Amino acid sequence: MNAKFADKLATTGFIAVALIFVAILASLFGYILVQGLPHISNSFLTTPSSIVRAGGGIRDQLFNSFYILFITMLFTVPLGVLGGVYMAEYAKPGKVTDFLRICIEMLASLPSIVVGMFGLLLFVNTFEWGYTIIGGALALTIFNIPVMVRVSEEAIRSIPRAQQEASLALGITKWHTIKTVILPAAFPGILTGAILASGRVFGEAAALLFTAGLSTPQLDFANLNPFAANSPLNIFRPAETLAVHIWSVNTNGIMPDVKEIALGGAAVLVISVLLFNIGARFIGKIIEKKLTAGK
Amino acid sequence: MEAAQSTAKTRLLKKQRRLGSEFRGRLLVMTAAIIIIISTLSITAFLTAKGIQTFINGDVGLSEFLTSSQWNPTAENPQYGALPFIVGSLSVTLLSALIAGPLGIAGAIFMIEIAPSWGRKVLQPVIELLVGIPSVVYGFIALTVVVPFIRNTVGGTGYSMLAGVIVLSVMILPTITSIATDAIKSQPDELRDGAYALGATRWQMIRKVVVPAAKPALFTAIILGMARAFGEALAVQMVIGNVRDMPGGVLDPSATLTSIITLNMGHTTYGSVENNTLWSMGLVLLAISFLFILIIRYLSARRNA
Amino acid sequence: MRKTKWYILIICLIATVGMLAACGNSKDSGASEKNNGGGSDSKEETKGESKSLAISGSSAMQPLVAAAAEEFKAKNPDADIQVNAGGSGTGLSEVSEGTVAIGNSDVFAEEKEGIPADELKDHKVAVVGMAPVVHPEAGLDNISKEDLKKVFTGKIKNWKELGGKDQKIVLVNRPDSSGTRATFVKYGLDGETPAEGVTEDSSNTVKKIISETDGAIGYLAFSYLTDDTVKALSVDDVEPKDENVQNGKFPIWAYQHSYTKGEPEGLAKEFLDFMMSDEIQSGLMKEQGYIPANKMEVERDAEGKQTEIKK
Repeated sequence: MNAKFADKLATTGFIAVALIFVAILASLFGYILVQGLPHISNSFLTTPSSIVRAGGGIRDQLFNSFYILFITMLFTVPLGVLGGVYMAEYAKPGKVTDFLRICIEMLASLPSIVVGMFGLLLFVNTFEWGYTIIGGALALTIFNIPVMVRVSEEAIRSIPRAQQEASLALGITKWHTIKTVILPAAFPGILTGAILASGRVFGEAAALLFTAGLSTPQLDFANLNPFAANSPLNIFRPAETLAVHIWSVNTNGIMPDVKEIALGGAAVLVISVLLFNIGARFIGKIIEKKLTAGK
Repeated sequence: MEAAQSTAKTRLLKKQRRLGSEFRGRLLVMTAAIIIIISTLSITAFLTAKGIQTFINGDVGLSEFLTSSQWNPTAENPQYGALPFIVGSLSVTLLSALIAGPLGIAGAIFMIEIAPSWGRKVLQPVIELLVGIPSVVYGFIALTVVVPFIRNTVGGTGYSMLAGVIVLSVMILPTITSIATDAIKSQPDELRDGAYALGATRWQMIRKVVVPAAKPALFTAIILGMARAFGEALAVQMVIGNVRDMPGGVLDPSATLTSIITLNMGHTTYGSVENNTLWSMGLVLLAISFLFILIIRYLSARRNA
Repeated sequence: MRKTKWYILIICLIATVGMLAACGNSKDSGASEKNNGGGSDSKEETKGESKSLAISGSSAMQPLVAAAAEEFKAKNPDADIQVNAGGSGTGLSEVSEGTVAIGNSDVFAEEKEGIPADELKDHKVAVVGMAPVVHPEAGLDNISKEDLKKVFTGKIKNWKELGGKDQKIVLVNRPDSSGTRATFVKYGLDGETPAEGVTEDSSNTVKKIISETDGAIGYLAFSYLTDDTVKALSVDDVEPKDENVQNGKFPIWAYQHSYTKGEPEGLAKEFLDFMMSDEIQSGLMKEQGYIPANKMEVERDAEGKQTEIKK
């Protein structure tokens, strides 16, 4: 009886927590969207930002955010997944593995501002790249690796061992098993991790202030030559992302519509992440279907 | 005869190719691990080298830096005591972990054990999305909502450690929850079925079986949340008040290491004493993060033993 | 394997592209190989026909310089100017190291530690005035300099002591290293150290705090005094206005400096000349709330000595 009562009480408690959650999330979202949506218009998304006058848009910043995210993920996903595979499959208990785990935890706990300063000294000054997309992406990669490794590792560990043993028993080598059995099975979990990491990349400002900079050249979207200074694809150009833009207009913007731009930008940011998530899930589902059908 | 030979040949070739790919795979995975180690080591080395400059140049004594609560770099006789910021950073981090840790784990349990479909369909996407809300936006919202709320209920300016803790708790909640969810989800169903078979209620099953089994991973979730709180700069800086005095209570404005670094880094010139002390604060941040990790590792090792 | 192969290929590609771009960035196209990629003395290079110029420094100046760069680019489409913020310290450091061609600062280079000020050439592009600013309901219009010092050093704790409302005074400060704070302390408080108070770097945030908090006082550049959410105080009965700064009556003001390493050349010189042209000084500067440097009737040196400009 007592145990039953405790069970009911606990369930009520958990439901209350979930409700608190929903309340927090809903109010945050409600605030951002209700306040921000009225400022989003076609021209807001398609005009370049203005420094002084009201009515500037966020076209270039939005593009920069996605582009930096893309480049960062090019580095992060392979490194993170391979790191996760190492931790889950190849790591023998011992000093090296322990050390690697400590390394990953340390990377995870690095303050973003410090990563930014590291990037400033290494990429901006030592390599003499100046403020660049690639510098920003590398700084963000440092951030994201721990999340990616951890999630990949957990996803791999949560696969029933039976599947793997069956494959190994058939005389298929370990690496081949990882490629054909383990990674496909762990894919949904890894995808979740990638989304989680993407979200952080999207919202990161502190590390990018010092690496990708606070300015964007006048982008010419017709110029797709990645070596031209004004080409959007050039990875050696400075790039202010949307999150950095929100911070910078808040900090020292003198245009009359600072608050509107900040709120509009925040709403765009949130909606972008939303679309990104939905897209990733959708693609993940399709891939999963293909993989399971192919077996 | 010939046919048999050729199949043997192809089998042999195949095997060799397999082994080759096996070697390549191992190499790839090892490379990734090595890159991770190298980048960590280089950042650590770099931060340490930068951070100890202050003390090597003899500008500031280590004991003054760590134990004096007087910070006044622009006075006639500059003082560089970083203790208030160290205390500030530790306090906000621990307090927000105390709030967000239990909440996040409870949320994760709700999503997996209590109402899986509801949790998966509603909570999961929203939480993933919340991770994507940039700290700047949290700071901005806190500035327009939390600070006035505190100001109107308890008086003062509203800029306080409490505001910082509230922002950080909300900020790290999704991080903790999503990782805790993965941890609880990865517990095998046999555990649950076994507990039910022995006549346990759901609560007993959660409390005595699932949570203990997932403990190390749950701690990891909290560490990562704490790390995020500890390293968070912009949002905290916007609401905590950045006062250089020792924090007296949660309602007083205070400062954290990160907020002082972000406030002053751009204004100071490379190599000046003040700039070097900021790097020393970065080193302190790193050292304390490291300490956190060691403590938690020790705890989880003891629990598992 | 195929997937991983792809990744390696992509990373290699990126690395190669990076190398190429790094070289391409810092060589005249078609020029001979240089070992270090050249361009390390100053980031001003000639690429084919477009020229690039890197500027960094004071975040307070960034909007002004970036807007001027936009106008400059409209006139010279092949010029590529990158304006980055990062703070006065960063700007001075980077210009002395040669990472950027122009470093912006809101204090004299002489006032910053570890900067070889004698190697740098100072271009005073604009002037900015700052005023003590209070919550609109404090009930004051004017404050004497002595009282201002007492307020900021914590000797006066309530506005009613100065004939204002019965409101506790709440100080809003800037970070130790900020140029705005240095200027205010030097010319508003005659060098006295302010007491502790909420500290914010961003002028917008400071303005917001002052407008929302009863009894708050802080200091802001004139360009932020565009509405009546906060109240700017006269100091010793001198109103915080552009003309009072220009004629030397209002004490709290500072130059906005653009520093170059040695004499500016090429695009850097063109751009600085453009900044000093009437078009910018009387157009953009006014629009952004700055005081044109070429309209000043007084001048100051790095020690803060003020003298009349002889015309």
